[in-house]
Amino acid sequence: MDEYLNLFTRVQAVGPANHGIDLPAGNSPRTGEPLLVHLFGRLGNAQIGPVYLGGLGVASLILGILSINIMGFNMLASVDWDPIQFVRQLPWLALEPPPPGYGLSLPPMNQGGWWMLSGALLTASILLWWVRTYRRARQLGMGTHIAWAFAAAIWLFLVLGFIRPVLMGSWGEAVPFGIFPHLDWTAAFSLRYGNLFYNPFHALSIAFLYGSALLFAMHGATILAVSRYGGDREIDQIVDRGTASERAALFWRWTMGFNATMESIHRWAWWFAVLTPLTGGIGILLTGTVVDNWYLWAVKHGFAAIYPAAVPPVIDPATLVQGVKP
Amino acid sequence: MITTRLTIAAVAAVVLLSACERPPMKAEQNGYRGTGMVQITNPRIAAAQKAALPAVPELPPPGPNDGPKAKDTYQNVQVLGDLSVAEFTRHMVAITQWVAPTQGCAYCHAGANFADDSLYTKVVARRMIQMTRHLNTDWNKHVGQTGVTCYTCHRGQPVPTYMTFDPVTPKNNRVGVGLGDDAGQNKAVPSIASASLPYDPFSHYLSGDEPIRVGGPAALPTPEHRTSIKQAEFTYALMMHMSKSLGVNCTFCHNTHSFQAWDGPVQRVTAWYGIRMARDLNNAYMDPLQKTFPPHRLGPTGDVANVNCSTCHQGVNKPLGGLQMAKDWPGLWPGGPATSAQNADTLDQLQRTVTRLSQAEPGAAAR
Repeated sequence: MDEYLNLFTRVQAVGPANHGIDLPAGNSPRTGEPLLVHLFGRLGNAQIGPVYLGGLGVASLILGILSINIMGFNMLASVDWDPIQFVRQLPWLALEPPPPGYGLSLPPMNQGGWWMLSGALLTASILLWWVRTYRRARQLGMGTHIAWAFAAAIWLFLVLGFIRPVLMGSWGEAVPFGIFPHLDWTAAFSLRYGNLFYNPFHALSIAFLYGSALLFAMHGATILAVSRYGGDREIDQIVDRGTASERAALFWRWTMGFNATMESIHRWAWWFAVLTPLTGGIGILLTGTVVDNWYLWAVKHGFAAIYPAAVPPVIDPATLVQGVKP
Repeated sequence: MITTRLTIAAVAAVVLLSACERPPMKAEQNGYRGTGMVQITNPRIAAAQKAALPAVPELPPPGPNDGPKAKDTYQNVQVLGDLSVAEFTRHMVAITQWVAPTQGCAYCHAGANFADDSLYTKVVARRMIQMTRHLNTDWNKHVGQTGVTCYTCHRGQPVPTYMTFDPVTPKNNRVGVGLGDDAGQNKAVPSIASASLPYDPFSHYLSGDEPIRVGGPAALPTPEHRTSIKQAEFTYALMMHMSKSLGVNCTFCHNTHSFQAWDGPVQRVTAWYGIRMARDLNNAYMDPLQKTFPPHRLGPTGDVANVNCSTCHQGVNKPLGGLQMAKDWPGLWPGGPATSAQNADTLDQLQRTVTRLSQAEPGAAAR
């Protein structure tokens, strides 16, 4: 007898692989003969494939691979084509945007031109992938929720690398492609604009991000806890509740007085996840374009807490009378 | 089976945590409660650092500065000439111990004629003595009552361990090369704490005097304030260098709410003067020695080694643990700390207050 475990799915129904439904006319055939992998089945579905690539998928992959190769070869060249140093220093390496002096003009290839080409290819690849998620959902007769959630992430990506740099009049404002470099860029961004924690949209984004994690944990735990009563049949239970739903609802009403429903919990999760990059993107877009110093902005609008002085006051030495012996 | 899994988990945990420092840490509050104004130090690393401080060479105490003066007794005494012969000799012995203990007098003096200037080391040493005197007399807002001696940087080595040369521009950093421009950043360089930031903030700020402040002066953008994120990254690199050199976090000098606001720890004032001091020393003392140094002492681009924060600090916020050795060397600090005291008085008082505050019960001082 199979037993129920929380961590891994022990129950794996093994049968003939499922090729999926017939697709409408005009769709290309799916690629690959499906196969079952037991280890994959412990984490998700054991069946791998078939993949639907189609024209959009192929185009997107080609552009994406090209873009990542431009980044990689620039990084490799920056360590003088030494493969060992490339691996060793990889987290530090980057393809940097053009120096600010070039503004929005086209820089030479080795002065940010590669960054622009790589960014353009990556953007095209991502947008094509988005169209693919939209079209695949439609062809399967699904809603397009996944595509719109993906669009929220693309919004943040475009704000950082395209929309804001254009509004600021300089490609140099954009994010480098690199592991540590993009993180250091983020910290430098906050330092330049007077502490991003005073940006209310940044605050909202953090609230939605943490909220997403909390909702995910609450929902996942709830469903696992009632799956012994068939609680995993969530979607059926939207209209036909049954004991699992009732118990789950009762649990939350008992512990916090309020509960989501089998339908609304998914809307909560979707909106929290989508609003994270949506509000974050607005926060980035306002930075530098309409607000230059978030701390001073927050002071001006009574949004920053003013703390009592805990150390004796100091005077900015640069404001002292010139000519005094330093 | 369970044992194997537990063993694997334990080994994985050890591997994952191997780069971490074990608790407990020492947290010292230096601002209003609840604002994250704390200095976190690892007491074990601090103790090891203290133990690793080189033993300062034992030298005779200062004697009376009377009797015939060195400039009247010896030839070609351009600095330290006002010292008595006895004090002058004591200084020479000390400098040898501090800078060239294994090489001895011959490191600077050629043959038996000690007045001979033919060795470059002697010419450089004379200039460095002048630099030390200038530093102790005119930069009390940074060196305070402690001052510096040759030993603060040299630590028994003819060349101080932590100096900066201009980096060689990588050969791929040229227009028309094709690809691989590193934009002057993204190398794991120890002097900037291995951050992915510009690796040469030194020539811009500790030699050049480019603006360090990048934060906006007003809430809303003004046409006058145009500062790019790339500039912010250069400033950030300099700050990482200072943090690494002194072994402190950002909040040693800065507020958590606004790094640009001058309502935080007084140490930022000391640091402000420190930046100007390093710039002054590099421009007035180090760089002009370019013709004096032989090629093997110059950097890969032919420049003189420049001082930075690490040159003296070497990982601790008070070089040599704040040891006050300069007061015993009138040749390096004409007049000594007493006459320079009024310059540093206010600052020192402030620093004492801060120390008192930060030693109080957490929260009590700041409530």
